[in-house]
Amino acid sequence: MSAAVPREQPAGWRAATLGSRIARMRLGVAVPSGRFRFSVILLGAIVVFAVLGPIVLGRDDPLKIVGGLYDPPSKAAWLGTDNFGRDVFTQLMHGTRTSLVIGGIAGAVATAIGVVLGTVAGFRGGLVEEALMGLTNVILTIPSIVVLILLSIAVGNRSIVTMAIIIGVTSWPWTARAIRAQTSSLRTREHVDIARMCGAGTLSLIAWEILPFMLSYVVLAFVLQMASGILQEAALSLLGLGPGDGTISLGIMLHWSLRWESVRTGAWWAFVPPTVLLTVIAFSLLLLQSSMDEFFNPRLRRK
Amino acid sequence: MSLAPQSALLEARELTRVFGQGSQAVRAVDRVSFTVQPGEIVSIVGESGSGKSTLARLLLRLLEPTSGQIFLDGQDITKLRGARALRPYWRRVQGVFQDPFAAFNQFYSVGRVLMKTLDLLDGAKLSREERQDRMETVLRNVGLDPVDVLPKWPHQLSGGQLQRVMIARALMVEPAILIADEATSMLDASLRVTILNLLRDLRDRYRMSILFITHDIGQAYYVSDRILVMYRGELVEQGPVETVLGAPQHPYTRQLMADVPRLHGWGAVSMAEPAGAAIGTGSVVAAPSQGAGHAGLA
Repeated sequence: MSAAVPREQPAGWRAATLGSRIARMRLGVAVPSGRFRFSVILLGAIVVFAVLGPIVLGRDDPLKIVGGLYDPPSKAAWLGTDNFGRDVFTQLMHGTRTSLVIGGIAGAVATAIGVVLGTVAGFRGGLVEEALMGLTNVILTIPSIVVLILLSIAVGNRSIVTMAIIIGVTSWPWTARAIRAQTSSLRTREHVDIARMCGAGTLSLIAWEILPFMLSYVVLAFVLQMASGILQEAALSLLGLGPGDGTISLGIMLHWSLRWESVRTGAWWAFVPPTVLLTVIAFSLLLLQSSMDEFFNPRLRRK
Repeated sequence: MSLAPQSALLEARELTRVFGQGSQAVRAVDRVSFTVQPGEIVSIVGESGSGKSTLARLLLRLLEPTSGQIFLDGQDITKLRGARALRPYWRRVQGVFQDPFAAFNQFYSVGRVLMKTLDLLDGAKLSREERQDRMETVLRNVGLDPVDVLPKWPHQLSGGQLQRVMIARALMVEPAILIADEATSMLDASLRVTILNLLRDLRDRYRMSILFITHDIGQAYYVSDRILVMYRGELVEQGPVETVLGAPQHPYTRQLMADVPRLHGWGAVSMAEPAGAAIGTGSVVAAPSQGAGHAGLA
């Protein structure tokens, strides 16, 4: 999935400008772009829809049967019912919630692994670096969807969290590579030597002298990984490898609508809404990522 | 631990660092041996690429030597590895680098940078007042106003101020020797002189040795007691300033001296001229402002 691939950046300059950028933020000079605001509003709306929607509308059970097979949209069921006669709109809200949770956890896991391996490899250099990056490159060559499918089959009883972890542990290599590149450029900077002469150990050097300079990058990587995590969950669930504990996700909705011939029977309300919602979620996350990138990286700013 | 023959403060013996391997190998520092006595200012002079900075990083234990030894107070410290083992060394040997803008972590205030250095004194717990006292003292000793500077962030200070803070930082642990690697070369000419005077002044006040690494033979002449000339990783000549610059033996030393820009008719670094006549590459400007530099510091 191309969404999972953060571009490799020339490492030094971004770190060099972050501090002054923060300084300018304090002075209120840097104003977020319209794209940034739009993506934040869109994401906010999605979160409200997923988190507050079920509570406000009192629809807390997505598995409740309210009608027949593929009832068309009506006053009672705004987006009709699915193959089991369950309300599609309710499922949509709960499915979005699941997707966001899985994406968030998967993104956090992938980013954490990538950051740890990348910083250690880049900072220690030598054999450690060769070994870790060798491993990373080997994993990169294996198509991650295959690993995902095999892992999902191997783990029989999949909950949301196991799904998220499975997705997370297969999608860190690009982050690790990019973080390693930035680390090995940052570690030669004089302030790192100064801190070392103050007796700081490796961990504290990475935590205080390297990571703060990559924070913007880590946040960007997380947002990207979250978007790709959501899409990967949808792909797995579509194949019938989703959470098996009765949870509803957007991918599972698509799975059932495919298995029960919604396309052929013309029940568009069963497959169009989850598809559109997935697209909108991924779009808003990618827009957020690129507008933040633009903010942290003035060279991308349009005049 | 073997003992060094004489009671030098710092001694490098056959210190060597090779980068790369095989036919690509570069001997950045090649069998360099010298000593620094207590209270002495020693300059290492050489063009860029001569291995000066590598030597500085070796002596500061920021880089592992390929071979050779470093002695501090007669004790071989080359075998010490890792932050914990090297803390006692860094308590006695501190460094200041070339680029004051790169030497600061922009996420830390000046106060925090100074405070961090006290981590080296892990044995001796200082009270809050003692720490505060020490920060104010070192800042005053480098000519800065503690009230003004302490709460500031690096981007709020000028290059000259930042370099003074860096020197102050090193002084926090009252080191026995300060290694200044091109510490003045990013500063403009008038500031350069005040920093050089500051170093001499601090040597007297703290009874501290200084290893002053520079590409500028004029500055080396101005500030130091002894000069070591480095060329392609090797020390080609060393001795008291007057001997080395008065009667240079090695062709490279002569070439270095010939390269110093000078006022017409002043002579390169003539013993007859007042000290500092050839300070800085812009000596045309620097020489007349000499007095002002001194006065400015006092």
